[in-house]
Amino acid sequence: MSGTINFTQAYQRALYESMEADPSVIMLGEDIADEEGGGVFKVTAGLSTKFGAERVRTTPISEQAIVGAAIGASLAGMRPIAEIMLMNFITVAMDQIVNHAAKLRFMSGGQTHVPITIRTRTGAGIGAAGQHSDMLEAWFAHVAGIKVVVPSTPADAVGLLSSCIFDDDPCLFIEDSLTRTVSGPEPDPGHRLPLGKAHVDREGGDVTVIGYGRPLLDTRKIAAKLADEEGISVEIVDLRTVSPWDKETVLNSVAKTGRAVVVHEAPRSFGVGAEVAATIQEELFGQLKAPVLRATSRDVTVPFARILEQEYLYKPADIESAIKSTLK
Amino acid sequence: MTAAEHYSPSALMDVFRKALFINVVDEKMRGLLKSGGLVAVYYSPRGQEVVAAGMGVHLKPSDYLVTTYRGIHDQLAKGMPLKLLFAEYFAKVTGACKGKGGAMHITHPETGVMVTTGVVGSGLPIANGLAWATQIKKEDRVTLVTFGDGASNIGAFHEALNLASLWKLPVIFMCQNNGYGECTQYSKATPVENISERAAAYGPNLAGVTVNGNDPQAMWEASRDAVARARAGDGPTLLEAKTFRFMGHYFGDPGAYIPKDEYAAAMEKDPMPAIRQAVIESGAASEAEIKELEQEYSAQIDEALKFAADSPAPELEEISRDIYGDAA
Repeated sequence: MSGTINFTQAYQRALYESMEADPSVIMLGEDIADEEGGGVFKVTAGLSTKFGAERVRTTPISEQAIVGAAIGASLAGMRPIAEIMLMNFITVAMDQIVNHAAKLRFMSGGQTHVPITIRTRTGAGIGAAGQHSDMLEAWFAHVAGIKVVVPSTPADAVGLLSSCIFDDDPCLFIEDSLTRTVSGPEPDPGHRLPLGKAHVDREGGDVTVIGYGRPLLDTRKIAAKLADEEGISVEIVDLRTVSPWDKETVLNSVAKTGRAVVVHEAPRSFGVGAEVAATIQEELFGQLKAPVLRATSRDVTVPFARILEQEYLYKPADIESAIKSTLK
Repeated sequence: MTAAEHYSPSALMDVFRKALFINVVDEKMRGLLKSGGLVAVYYSPRGQEVVAAGMGVHLKPSDYLVTTYRGIHDQLAKGMPLKLLFAEYFAKVTGACKGKGGAMHITHPETGVMVTTGVVGSGLPIANGLAWATQIKKEDRVTLVTFGDGASNIGAFHEALNLASLWKLPVIFMCQNNGYGECTQYSKATPVENISERAAAYGPNLAGVTVNGNDPQAMWEASRDAVARARAGDGPTLLEAKTFRFMGHYFGDPGAYIPKDEYAAAMEKDPMPAIRQAVIESGAASEAEIKELEQEYSAQIDEALKFAADSPAPELEEISRDIYGDAA
């Protein structure tokens, strides 16, 4: 590990390394080629120039056509990466993702499979309001056959996105809008991380915080502060892959601490936190020292006005108070 | 096997063999459903035999097919092995999809049957992807996607035609216009006389052709042209084959929504007696030879049906297989 990279550089690196490693890796999406600016968020900048416009193709604004073309090309042996500019636009392509990408392996009895990666971006906190901010990961986690992946460090972003691209199943890789310039240690070239495996991000003995993505950036700071100021020892489990999720690592941690808080940016009701909390109580009921708590955003449409948007979002203070509540 | 350049009695005979085979299979299936020998949802292709056969004779085994729940005629015309097809209808582990996809999701990559979808219009974007992969790999392979007239009113149809034209993909969009989308008459859902007119909206790369799908010569020639155009890299074709659906939307559909005079007029144009007559008149085969052929097909079909009926159901463990590639 030499220097540092930010999240955007991490996505760029994973895409570059994957395209260089394997000619079957191809990309399609709105504005992604250099003639169109290399993507609205510049993640694909330089790729069409380096690897050719045939492998990095700008598409019309046609999400069904984009995801469908990725599926079809994957059935014919390619490893397509589809960029869906923002996660809310994925709703336009739900049929292709849910009825086809997720299910073709099963419905064909394993004769075909769909090794596509859908990269998308989202997250509240940038004033983009109700149709450009939603975290919809739970929708996809509810469907067997899709892998849902959310990184919480730039190095993990490299390792997880690369693994998605070379995985033989459809992967939904979610990039965060707010933290795109946040930096972290740079990984070694060719860095990969296993999908479906959680990571004990910080070891601790008093309470386990389970999460993924942006809220873990807050949780790390809170855990350091609580250790310094109040002697509270927080263990952080980063799911990395939201679905299928690594129950074993989560349950091992909570069996040790006896307390759990689940954090996510998505709204509370019917979210990933509900599934994790339910599983913990099913498996570890007798060993729990406190109710399993959740720190999440609120069950409303993401508002535009900054003061309301902040009121919608989970707050670091919510995570901190949930941790302390489990210790009362 | 590629058909000859010009229509001839032997080309007619090629079409007839496939159409007759489809017809005998369909009659057996309907007989089994009536007698209770098979319990399944069945979408009969009765009336659309020549459409599938006229196209099928121009396709190579390596060409790709994407079809729909009313797809048995397309699958048979593509060369799908009977035993694997029937065993899937019978929900047996020996079926092409191990009994996990069923009639609406028939898949058999060895004969190019890549996707059968149960969602109207969803196949078109996927067909583009198959064709895109072929284009990138510079393979001699065309993709045929078939669908009904109802599919031409869904967004995926338009997104797919637009992209295919833009990228000049080697794909044939074959609309089997059988006059009804589910229970709604064509004119009540589609305000253009011919679906092929819609090709004009997507520029000169996309050819739009309407043909009498019940006429073996017209169907053979239009298919030859569309396949040749795709194979040469000259662009996609929206080929509309006008035909009729004699057995309603699903097997058992009383069809009360079809006006009696319309049905009677369609019966007079039933393609099966007409093609039989044409074969005899052309001298390609005599009535006695056709009867022999029917008996031969009937025996093959009975053998495959027996295989399907005698095969075991999937074991319960099958439910957790083929969800992800790397899971047990």
